[in-house]
Amino acid sequence: MHEHRTERARVSGLGSARSGTGHFWEQRISAIALAFLAPFFVYSFAHALGSDYATVRAIYSQPFNAIVALGFVLVACLHLVQGLAVIIEDYVHGRAGIVWLIAMRLLVGFVALTGAFAILKIAFSA
Amino acid sequence: MVELALPKNSRIRVGKTWPRPEGATNLRKFQIYRWVPEDGENPRVDTYFVDLDKCGPMVLDALIWIKTNIDPTLAFRRSCREGICGSCAMNIDGQNHLACIYGMDEVKGDIRIYPLPHTQVVRDLVPDLTHFYAQHASIRPWLETRTPAPEKEWLQSPEDRARLDGLYECVMCASCSTSCPSYWWNSDRYLGPAALLAAERWLEDSRDEATGERLDDLEDPFRLYRCHTIMNCTQTCPKGLNPAKAIAEIKKKMVARMV
Repeated sequence: MHEHRTERARVSGLGSARSGTGHFWEQRISAIALAFLAPFFVYSFAHALGSDYATVRAIYSQPFNAIVALGFVLVACLHLVQGLAVIIEDYVHGRAGIVWLIAMRLLVGFVALTGAFAILKIAFSA
Repeated sequence: MVELALPKNSRIRVGKTWPRPEGATNLRKFQIYRWVPEDGENPRVDTYFVDLDKCGPMVLDALIWIKTNIDPTLAFRRSCREGICGSCAMNIDGQNHLACIYGMDEVKGDIRIYPLPHTQVVRDLVPDLTHFYAQHASIRPWLETRTPAPEKEWLQSPEDRARLDGLYECVMCASCSTSCPSYWWNSDRYLGPAALLAAERWLEDSRDEATGERLDDLEDPFRLYRCHTIMNCTQTCPKGLNPAKAIAEIKKKMVARMV
């Protein structure tokens, strides 16, 4: 269809999207946030792991532990969306890529909401 | 979509073993990719033996020796034979090099030579670089000014001139771009390390007055942000340049004008 297009026209394509820096910048901020959140989350989670439900509720009814856990789940999911979007854009092109990008966002959104709901339920049911 | 296997008509077969030169005692074995568009055959790897006593030390010397003494049909690009024209970039022993400044003694065992990876091959070791050159043209590799030109030259301090060191020396051999996995999968939209190094050369130039427009044109999830800091470009550059750092500098400029 476009067999007579010049290579220069192909390179120009649809022009620059004038975006991408926001994604790049926010991915780094979410990475910094995770660097702080992850150790605290792992610390409280290590205590909760294997304990009975009453102990887990006691741990996560502490505001600090609950906020760290909630922050970790939400920021990790945000970071996951940002990272997976890059991977999908890298490897899956055309219409299939768009389907994957939508499905991935819905799936990770579901994971984030489920995680947030679980943490809030534990935190407020003590 | 990413392709993990070569198309059927591009799969490489074992080719011909050319006779050893008569009377030679100091031989080096070469395995070289061959493909001719006219014969309809798949690519093959031919085996040659080079008489090191009658040949110069560089890989390009050996290719010229083969073409002169064994097989005149072997096609490759070469011109300056001193690493400044960028013509003889090829994949030698698994990494992209300029054959003219890469010594045979730097390779252990047989010397395997292929065209630059993930390029359309014109013939044998000659890749089609039309798209690569078009990408270079797209970053407008020339000085752009709004101020009326001065009577003499545009002035630049020695310090500002020094900021271009490590950026201007690129010979556009395409070793970096064709070593980049991100460029392999997305070269239709990602500009690649060579074009972005050139872009940074003009972004850094104190005399240039189009920095904002240049950044506008680069700010794109694919043109610039397909670089994932894999660093193959920097590892392979035959001129010892650092395209990965140049790309990081462009990203820093992008953030600086946003935050």
